[in-house]
Amino acid sequence: MFEPRYYKNLGLEDICHKVAEGERLTISDGERLFACPDINAVGSLAHHVRTRLHGNSAYYVVNRHINYSNICVNGCRFCAFSRKKGDPLSFELSEDEILDKIRAGGNGLTEAHIVGGCHPDLALAFFEDLVRKIRGTKPDVFIKAFTAVEIAHFAKNEGTSVKDVLARLKSAGVQMLPGGGAEVFSARVRELLCPEKLDGEGWLDVMRQAHEIGIKTNATMLYGHIETVRERLDHMAALRELQDRTGGFVCFIPLTFQPANTVLSHLPPATGVDDLKTIAVSRLMLDNIAHVKAYWVMLSVKLAQAALYFGADDFDGTVVEEKIGHMAGAESQQGMTCREIERTIRDAGLEPVERDSLFRKVFRNPASEGRLSGSPDFVWLNYD
Amino acid sequence: MIENGRLNINQAWDLYRSGNFHTLGRMAHEARLKNHSQSLEKHSQPVVTYVVDRNVNYSNVCVCGCRFCAFFRPPGHSESFVLSRKELSEKLEETLRLGGTQVLLQGGLHPDLPLSFYEEMLNFIKSKYPIHIHAFSPPEIVFFSRLEGVGVGEVISRLRLAGLDSIPGGGAEILVDSVRRRVSPRKCSTAEWLAVMEEAHSQGLRTTATMMFGHEEAPEDRLLHLFALRDLQDRTAGFTAFIPWAFQPQNTAIPREPETAVSYLRLLAISRLVLDNFDNIQASWVTMGPKVAQLALFFGANDFGSTMIEENVVAAAGVHFRLSAEEIHRIIQSAGFEPRRRTMAYELLPA
Repeated sequence: MFEPRYYKNLGLEDICHKVAEGERLTISDGERLFACPDINAVGSLAHHVRTRLHGNSAYYVVNRHINYSNICVNGCRFCAFSRKKGDPLSFELSEDEILDKIRAGGNGLTEAHIVGGCHPDLALAFFEDLVRKIRGTKPDVFIKAFTAVEIAHFAKNEGTSVKDVLARLKSAGVQMLPGGGAEVFSARVRELLCPEKLDGEGWLDVMRQAHEIGIKTNATMLYGHIETVRERLDHMAALRELQDRTGGFVCFIPLTFQPANTVLSHLPPATGVDDLKTIAVSRLMLDNIAHVKAYWVMLSVKLAQAALYFGADDFDGTVVEEKIGHMAGAESQQGMTCREIERTIRDAGLEPVERDSLFRKVFRNPASEGRLSGSPDFVWLNYD
Repeated sequence: MIENGRLNINQAWDLYRSGNFHTLGRMAHEARLKNHSQSLEKHSQPVVTYVVDRNVNYSNVCVCGCRFCAFFRPPGHSESFVLSRKELSEKLEETLRLGGTQVLLQGGLHPDLPLSFYEEMLNFIKSKYPIHIHAFSPPEIVFFSRLEGVGVGEVISRLRLAGLDSIPGGGAEILVDSVRRRVSPRKCSTAEWLAVMEEAHSQGLRTTATMMFGHEEAPEDRLLHLFALRDLQDRTAGFTAFIPWAFQPQNTAIPREPETAVSYLRLLAISRLVLDNFDNIQASWVTMGPKVAQLALFFGANDFGSTMIEENVVAAAGVHFRLSAEEIHRIIQSAGFEPRRRTMAYELLPA
């Protein structure tokens, strides 16, 4: 499948060999891949690994994002979403409003993705109660809620341990944590961009504790701001190391920084080639994380589709209502229908597979729900 | 496959249909680098060109009524327009002020304007502004010829005399008559489109060639289009560049999902491989967005198109991307190429 001469000419013969043999890449291998001028060479290697793991499948999920509040005690410089309490643009959804959004998902919804800012006053009991009510309203919807940063914030606010917060939320019905708030772990970058936020070690520690009590999680990386290539690779290596110990990460999500409306709005966005290279190198470095996401909200639908050939196997989902990326100038639509997602994947020559939060294949019963994934009447929410 | 000479249509079809995505990209990129080491002066790194220009639509009045078009208005429609001299002047002055070197001037098929209207417009521009006029696609020229009752050759020579410098490759759509009859039944035929270009080339005018794909054509039709262009280019060598565009369905009479990035890149790559006698292939950030257009530089494209100080036709179909020359530079440079401004004839301008 690889032409050794092609990689030899690029000085990547040894890396090509390692990839073919399934051997682990080093950080310096990663640096050489980032430095390679030929995006197709790096992309083919990542595509090889992605195909070895997932064949022609490209996954998506029928999900809905719910941001319960944008009020946040942290003032991260890359964020266009957060507001201080009392700010006219701040918002806080009531329990009923959140439940209405869940109900609006209809019977097709399989995942609720719930994240918010680090709210100064909301008690852990509020979230426990909320999760219980969601569970009661929609017993089949998988609840993926609260980033590691929120978990640590709840613990601090409540004067209790991360372990206790995780256990209480788990018993209330949280099944998985989303991967947000990881940014890049580099202390240098965090000092400059998000000094108030939970640090890299703290983030990893919350995830480790979640994995230990059986809560799977995702992991993200926000790139394309002030971080170096080496800092991206160190971030990946830290995730890889934790994953070796816990096996709790399900999907890695590289997030391309959206500068508009942030303090860093003078920075240009990452280019398409940088996005694809980052996704490809992630796939190659993170040999122990099964899935890499092409998050269309940030990448644009078109580039996300191309990313399915550069190491990504997951297209995320219907999303429905996205605030965090769009407040920072993401130009993608708000949500996608299943039909749009499936068509985008098919048009790339790949096979769409509906999955749940843990990447288990979803089978839909046409008799009970009248809905078959991919059939025209499954277009259940088409946001303008 | 390609080392033994040119691709034939069956080989091209196999590659386009079943070639591995990355292999196709790599072959196209190698062909592009090889092509460019011959035709352009040597640089420390491969050059990617762009042009600073403006699309000026002198009118949107059109009796053609193509089903894929969101821009035209029928004569007498409340939103129809013909630009006044004053409006035209303002647009050209702004273009020059922004460092523009060229104007792309196109309209519809206006039923009431005589050829002299266009001659006077060209004369007016040339007498006032030092700007390259890239104007009137073949359907317009054929229409002028019918309306005026004179041959295409005479229309072109009169327009040249009035100041026309080159002809854009628009209105090619898909150069297969069965497709044209469905999507643009009143537009000039494949043979007429090619004949205008052949005549223009024989009169010493350079032209570009486009393809608008992703509407009602079959994938095979796209290849027939490419081979029709290659055959003509073998005879005339008058085309400077090939510019494939993905059809934008919004606000048109062809309800269809827009082409996706992967299918665009495959088409671009096969174009580079088939059109071995074309020096330049243009990426379309206007329809694909800057990120995919940058990727296109590894799938056969060596030109980033125009800064598009103004663009109306794609915008009418609901697609709005904007890029400054500065941003174009950054995109080209960060992909590892040297950005250079060019003229319509793809001559490099001083950096």
